[in-house]
Order: sequence, then C-alpha cells, then structure tokens
Amino acid sequence: MQTLAWLVLILPLAGSLVSALGFRALVRVSPRLPGVVGTVAIAGAFACSIGLLVKLQDLPADGRQVVFSAWDYVVTGGVDARLSILVDPLSVFMALVVTGVSMLIHLYSTTYLLSDRGYARFFSYLNFFVFSMLVLVLAGNFVILVAGWAFVGAASYLLISFWYRRTTATSAGIKAFVINVVGDVGIVLGTYFIFRHSHTLDFLGTFSQADKLPQGSLTAGLILLLVGAFAKSAQIPLHTWLPDAMEGPTPVSALIHAATMVTAGVYLIARMWPLFEQAPGAADVGSAIGLVTLLVAGTIGLVVTDLKRVIAYSTMSQIGYMIMAVSSGVYVGGLFHLMTHAFFKALLFMAAGSIIGAMAGEQSLDRMGGFRRAMPFTFLCFVVGGLCLAGIPPFSGFFSKDEILSFLGDRGGWYWALYAGGYVGALLTAVYTWRMIFRAFFGEPVPEAAELERGHLHHAEVHVNPANGEVEDTDVGFPGPDHHIAERSLPMKVAMGLLAIAATVGGVLQIPFGATDAVDRFLAPTFAGSRMFEGVHPSDGLTLAGMVLGAAIGLLGIAIAYHVWVRRPGTSAAIQARFAGLHRLFVNKWYFDEAIDALLVRPAAWLGRFFAQTFERLVVDGTLVGGTTGVISAASATVRRLQSGFVRAYAALLLVGLVAVSLYFLLQT
Amino acid sequence: MDIGWYLAVSAIVFAIGAGGVLTRRNPLVTLLCLELMLNAANLALIAFSRMHGNGDGQVFAIIVMVVAACEVTVGLGVIVAMHRRRLPIDVDELRELHG
Amino acid sequence: MSAVLFFIAGLGAVAGALGVVFLRNAFYSVLALVCHLLSLAALFLLLDAQFVAAAQVIVYAGAVMVLYVFVVSYVSDASAAMPVGGVGRTTGYLFAVALAAELMIAMLGSGLKAIDSRGAHFAAGFGGPGQIGELLLTKFLFAFEAASFLLLMAAVGAVVLARRRGGVVEEPGRPVLSVMDLIREDNLGSMAEAVNAGHGGER
Repeated sequence: MQTLAWLVLILPLAGSLVSALGFRALVRVSPRLPGVVGTVAIAGAFACSIGLLVKLQDLPADGRQVVFSAWDYVVTGGVDARLSILVDPLSVFMALVVTGVSMLIHLYSTTYLLSDRGYARFFSYLNFFVFSMLVLVLAGNFVILVAGWAFVGAASYLLISFWYRRTTATSAGIKAFVINVVGDVGIVLGTYFIFRHSHTLDFLGTFSQADKLPQGSLTAGLILLLVGAFAKSAQIPLHTWLPDAMEGPTPVSALIHAATMVTAGVYLIARMWPLFEQAPGAADVGSAIGLVTLLVAGTIGLVVTDLKRVIAYSTMSQIGYMIMAVSSGVYVGGLFHLMTHAFFKALLFMAAGSIIGAMAGEQSLDRMGGFRRAMPFTFLCFVVGGLCLAGIPPFSGFFSKDEILSFLGDRGGWYWALYAGGYVGALLTAVYTWRMIFRAFFGEPVPEAAELERGHLHHAEVHVNPANGEVEDTDVGFPGPDHHIAERSLPMKVAMGLLAIAATVGGVLQIPFGATDAVDRFLAPTFAGSRMFEGVHPSDGLTLAGMVLGAAIGLLGIAIAYHVWVRRPGTSAAIQARFAGLHRLFVNKWYFDEAIDALLVRPAAWLGRFFAQTFERLVVDGTLVGGTTGVISAASATVRRLQSGFVRAYAALLLVGLVAVSLYFLLQT
Repeated sequence: MDIGWYLAVSAIVFAIGAGGVLTRRNPLVTLLCLELMLNAANLALIAFSRMHGNGDGQVFAIIVMVVAACEVTVGLGVIVAMHRRRLPIDVDELRELHG
Repeated sequence: MSAVLFFIAGLGAVAGALGVVFLRNAFYSVLALVCHLLSLAALFLLLDAQFVAAAQVIVYAGAVMVLYVFVVSYVSDASAAMPVGGVGRTTGYLFAVALAAELMIAMLGSGLKAIDSRGAHFAAGFGGPGQIGELLLTKFLFAFEAASFLLLMAAVGAVVLARRRGGVVEEPGRPVLSVMDLIREDNLGSMAEAVNAGHGGER
C-alpha cells in the first residue's frame, strides 16, 4: 500500500518532468506525444488511487487512517516536520476525484490544444498541478499541506498565464497569485496558532489533542485557516481572482477552477473537522461566508455575458454550498457535492470550450445563438450539465445538493437561514444556467453556427484577444491557429461522454432514505467521533419535503429562463430597464474589485511611491548615506589640515611630541 | 669637571639646534642645525661613556657620525637637485606635498 | 686647568651653535658650525675620547663641512638674503627654551649619582683607536656592517639625486597600453585614470 500511495504522487511529477525536459524531443516523435505522456501519467495515478481504495477497504474500520513517512525534515526542538502522507478515506476520496476528473481533462486537452505552440509546456504544467493537488490532499502534516497549497497556487498562476503574451492573461495570473498568497499567509499563521499549543505538526497528533487546545488560540487559528480556504476556494471577499482566471485555456478552467483547486478549501475544512467542532465560532464564520458567496455569485451570474464567466460564477456559488456544508458539519453532503460538482462542472467547461472553438475564440454570449442543430453532442452535454446544476432528479446534482440542504435544516436554529438561502440560491442557479444554455443554443443561428451547419468550422482571419480586441498572432505565447470542437474530435467526445455518464448516474452513490449510502459508509472512518457526523440526521419528512422543494425550484428556474429568453425575447431587456440599479450592481460584480482597489491597492501603491521617491531620497540617501559621508568628509577635512606641506610645522610637531613624552616620563619619576 | 657640566652643554646645544630647525627658512641652515643636534647627542654619549668607563658610548658616537655623514650627503643632493630645477631654496615656499 | 679648558671649549660650542642659528648668511652659518665642531672636539679630548675627537675633526669638520661649503657656494645666491623665520618664529624660540629647560630639569633631577663625579676609573687605552677597533669588530660588529651598508646607500643615493634627468618623457600620441587597460572599465575613478588624466591635462 505504501508503494501505491507514493506512486500516486510520483507518477504525475514524473509526467511533468518528462514533458518539461523533453519538450523538443517528444514533439519531434509525434505532435501529440506530450499529451499522451501526461494523460498516461494521470491514468496511472488514477489506477493507483483505485488500488489504494481497494487496499484501504481491506483494513479494519478503525485502522483506516495510515500515515507513511518518507524522511524527516526537521525533528528537533519541538518541531516535527516530516515528509509524511496520510492515507485515509477522505484523502483517497479526494485523490480519486482529482485523478479521475483530471485524467479525462487531459484526454480532452490532447486535442483541444493541439495546434498550440506550447503544447508540451501545457501538459507539463497540468501534470505539475495534479501532483501539487495530490500533495495537498494526501498531506499528513501541516508542512506538506502548506507545501501543496503553495505549489497549487503556483501551478494555477502558470496555467492562467499560459498564453503569456496576452497582457490580460498575465494580469489575471498575477491577481490570482497575489490573492492566493494572502491565503497562504493565513494558512501559515493559522498553523502557528494551532501548533504552539499542540506542539506537533502532524494531523492525527493535533486532532487527538483537539479538546485540550485553548479556545481563543484555536478560534483565531481556524479563522486564519479559513482565510486560506476562502482565498483558494474563491469565497467572498477573496473571490475576485476567479472570474479573471478564465483567461486561461478552457481545460485549465475545467480542471483547476471548477473541479479541483477551488475545492481545496472545502477539503481543508473537512480535514480539520475535529478542530472546527471545538470552535463553533470559526465554523459559523465559514457557514456565513459560504451563504453570502452563493447568493452574491448567483446574482452576478444572472447578468454576465461571457460564457466562461457564467460558469465561473456558478462554480463560486456551488463552492459556497460546499463551504457552507462542511463548516456546518454536513461533511458527507459537502464532499459528495464536491464529487458531483467536479463531474458536471468539468463537463460544462469542456462543452463551453467546444462552443468557443466553434466561435473561433469568441466567448461572449451576446454573439452566440442557435447552435442546437450545428453541435448536437455539445448541446447534449450542456443539457446534462445544466440539469445536474439546476438540481433536477434523477441527476447527481439533485441528490448532493438536497442532501446538504436537508441536513442543514435538521440542525435547526440559525441554520434555517442557510436552508432558506440555499433554496434561493438554487433558484438563481437554475435561472442563470439555463439562461446560458438557451442563449447559446436556441434562437436564430449566428453566422458561425450557420457556417458549421454547412460543414465548415469558422476561422478568424485576424486573431484577436476576445477580452479587449487586441490583435495577436498564433506563435508561442498566444493561442494556436486551429480550434477544435467536440463533434469532430474523438478524445474530446470520449472525455465529455464519460463525464456526462458520471454526472448522470453519480447520484446513485448516495440516495436518501437509506437506499444507498456508499459515500457515507466509505467516509465514516475519517469522521469517526464527530458530533455532527453521527448526530445530524434529517427526518424522513424533512428529506422528502426537501427533495420535492428542490425539484420544484429547479423546474421553476428552467421555466423562468425559458420564458424570459426563448418565449419572449424582449423580456430580459425590459427587466434590465426596470431594475436598472440592481442590474448595474450585478454587472459591476457588487463593486468588489473597486473596493479592493480603493482600500488596498491604491494605498499600497501610494506607500511604495512614497518610499521610493521621498523616503529613499531624504532619509536613506540624504541622512543615512549623505550624513555619514558628510560627517566623515568633514572629519577628514579637519585632519587633512595638519598636512600643510610646511616643513617647519612638521618639525614643530615632532618637537612638541618629544617634549610631551619626556615631560610625561619626567613627571612619573 | 663633573660629567654633569658636559651634559648641560649638550642640552643647551641641542635646544639651540632645535630652535634653529623650527625657525630658519633656508634648508641648508636647517640641515646645519640638525647637525648641531646630532653633535649635542654625540657629546652626551661621550660623556656617559666616560661616566661608565667603557667604550660603548664612543662607538655609538662614531656610528652617529657615520649616519650624519650619510644624511648630509643625501640632503645636500636633494638641495642641489632643487637648485637645478630652479626651485626656490626656501622651506616655506616648497609646500606642494600637502593634503 | 681642565676646568678652564672646559669653559673655553664650552663657550665656543655654544657660541658656534648660536652663530649657526642666528647668522643671516648661510656661509657664515657653516663657518660657525666648523667652530662649534672644533670646540666639541676639544670637549671630547677633555673626556678622554681621543679617537672620537680625531674622527670628529677629520671626518666631520674636515669632510662633511667641506661638502657643505661646496654646496652652499653652488646654491647660494648672494643677492637673496633669506629672512629668518616667518610664521611661528617666536613660537619656535619658545619651544627651544622649553626644551632646554626640560632637558636641564631631567638631568638635574635624575638620580644618577655618577653625574656628579668625574667618571669611573678606566683602564689604559680607553678612548684609543685600539679599544674602539676591538669594540667595533666584536661587540658592535653588526652595527659596523650596517653602517657600511648605510654609507653605500648614501653614495648611490647621492649619485642618483644629482644626475641630470628631466623626468618621465612620454611621446605624445603613443599611449602605452597594458593588460589592465584592456580589463579595466573607464570612468570608474581609479588611480590610473587620475594619473593619466593629469598627464593628459598637463600636455
């Protein structure tokens, strides 16, 4: 089992290194070879994860948390930093989700980015990302967790700025990285707060002392850890990087910003459940932020016009559900939703990539329409993904979302607010998801769709940056000249098809009323001893009411979207005019970017300018450097006057010295 | 006479020589005053040699004479070189070697 | 008798010294020094240092002073009367007086009893060339050799100083390159630059 665990980590890293070091050699053998190497590496990791799953189930139920340690970094002076990984149901669950979904995304990317000059670089980065994510989820102590956390941030930066000659992409990459660093600081500080009382960096060791840690430090430390979780999972107020991160290629958005990296925060809270249950204050902060995020993101998703950004805000909203869930103790619900969300969100992003390919790089919903006949397979994938996202039975999204909400309802008290907010969010979700689908696929076919129906894929004569219209070329650092759609590419179809099937039938793993509870039973050893895990069970009545309500809200949302965007095409413009103020608020993303700019960016820039121009000039150059040199120059000028060149003065000095010395000796005797 | 008298003469001559070094502007006369000081030291050495009764002081005085001769040689050579270059033979005028 | 001789020789020495310092003409100063040296030789004789007295007359008064006379004649310009002192004349005299006073105090206040005597009993041959020679070649051999080396250096130095030369001649338009010029960057304020700039500035 230890070999399998280390292989899960080593295979993606090896794939990354092979692609990185052999980028020229591999491409000469075959243009697709880097992609194949990358995909095979992740497939290997997936197979090892399945092996781990099997081996884990062979162990007795109370012995399913195994720590493997490769070597010691620092084990002295009260610190025990080792390279250790923790194999337990939660980490194997996360590893399976990560490797499974990323395997399919790698398969999709082998065709999607085929004409890009940076093909090998892409797969190297993508494999490095999977490696980092696996380090994060398999970490057995805080040190490896922080290492994985930082690597994932770095991989995200590399991939968002993949088309590095695009200034919008590089700015987005920097923004994502800076906000992630804020999160990293939170994680490190939070670790410190917990470590100084637990005196061990090991997870299992810290958890065993959870009830002995002082409340104040624990709450402070957990809130700092939450800051890290919010930065990584794009929750308010550290969410502004996620929409901009859509500058990266679509597979990147699918993998990192939908299925895996943004779920790191959810994983963190679930992993730290012993600590969170001892500090309900911190847990409540998590729940509240999750609720706020899911509602705000839902409102913004109603008005954005960029296709990928709609899906990005939907990710933010769904992660809000998950954060809300795991903070409130609904661990299985949150993690199950993580898994189903990974399936259908990756599927949606892949399908979006297909449409963007058909539009030759154009991403705006305003320019899309009527692709239903031209791209039936993509349309089908969108429909499956949309039904999952809206929470329509029997798709997987329905079961996972309703499990969260019914468990929240069972907790009672102020969690009813979360319950209500969750259903409001579900309505918003259904509306904006189907708004996207109806606008892209229904109505009159746009010229690109008409061209495609005739069998010709639209190509742009002049390549431009869709965000700001700058002219580009197709050399390295910019997207390649060719665009690929799912209908014409087998790997893309296979990947999307498998995800569609998983999204459709995935719900079978956890059907309520005790029909199946595979996820529950699998994760039980990790959460053994948890008050929430064992104590919160919604009654059958509540569950049934929730299911009916959820399905009804989903269908209602679809109906509203159909009415506004298909039946009566002018309705949305009328609503915009009527609620112009709200519309402006949503279009400007609730002014978060402007607020952060005013509160943080401008003062920091001012401070930098002040130090560079004024402080540096006056204090450092003037007083410190100039002052020192001035003092020394003045002193040496004074001393220099002794050297007058006047021989008699020198003789006089000699004699004076002689007289003084003899006087001294005379006086002594 | 007592040895002390010789030492007194030596002290007076030494002081006169020192005054001359500090006061005269002609480098030749400065060197002459240096000779005065050296000779005063010689006198003191001879007096002490007489006081102790061995010849060490006299040998020392001879070596001092050798040194004085060498110094005079080189010093006068410098003055001759100065004269060759048409520089003023005045210690107060020659003060370019300053800081 | 020796007291009378002592006073004559002592007065001669002091007078000669004063003459060196206060006489305007450099030539007269040289002559005053010769007088002083001869008085000193007499004092040496009074102290039973015959050989040193003879050396004083022959070497000092004979050779060194002759050298001085030559140079003074060569260098002196009869019309240029050098004024004494200038800046700090009084201070110089004061220093001299202070020095004299201090030395007298040192001498008078010292605990040396022997100063008040006429000297220790000495053996025959004291102060004679034999004794000096023996000391030079046995006890003070190193000093003897070093002194001869010093004389050699002085001789070489005198020749070097007095030969005719006009300074370092640089042919204009043909700068001498060295490896350092190739390695070193320009305008860094190095010493080589300063020297070269001086040369270039002068030309």
